[in-house]
Amino acid sequence: MRLSVQAEPFDLGAEANAFAAGVTGAGAVVTFTGIVRDNAGTLSAMEIEHYPGMTERAIAAITEQAIARWSLADALVIHRYGRLAGGEPIMMVATAASHRADAFDAAEFLMDYLKSRAPFWKKEIGADGAEWVAAKDTDEAALTRW
Amino acid sequence: MIDVLYFAWVRERIGLPREKVQTDAPTVAALITELCAREERYAAAFADLASLRVALDQELSSFDAPLAGVREVAFFPPMTGG
Repeated sequence: MRLSVQAEPFDLGAEANAFAAGVTGAGAVVTFTGIVRDNAGTLSAMEIEHYPGMTERAIAAITEQAIARWSLADALVIHRYGRLAGGEPIMMVATAASHRADAFDAAEFLMDYLKSRAPFWKKEIGADGAEWVAAKDTDEAALTRW
Repeated sequence: MIDVLYFAWVRERIGLPREKVQTDAPTVAALITELCAREERYAAAFADLASLRVALDQELSSFDAPLAGVREVAFFPPMTGG
């Protein structure tokens, strides 16, 4: 298991390759990457704040749960903080399991939990000012399916 | 003394990221009442508890949780990671 909370950009291809190369005995690797969205073309930047200490603990707890529940061979979570531009990767997860259903489910579980249980807060900075992104009711509802 | 931390718009409304607070408040809710009595900016930040979350020693908790033995309290809006 590799977990990283970092300001620096990451190389999706290199991370995915290194993850897959380090896994033994898995038949499936799933990766997901979150990208800074610029819906209206008005976003200047995305500012991501986090809670150092709690962030690492929360991600570790969520990832350990996923590994145990889907018998994962390995898992990777990278999440960035600080100032990001539209189109930049914010975060990625990778999961390795014997079969693809477990790898997909574990990746979805990680995403649902990281969204509303890892202490990150996004602020959209546009030409007309800045606004904190509000959590959606559907984010919380997504947890109930697990 | 406990460390009280604020994040995102809670931090912006109160105007600081963290502070040390001398308190005998038995619960999180009692601590919030004490903070709100200090100054208007605290009352503004804590006006709607439904839009706030609390963590005690870096674990999500609830407003009626006891503060005995707690070293770090953090207040923040619902998280928006991922």
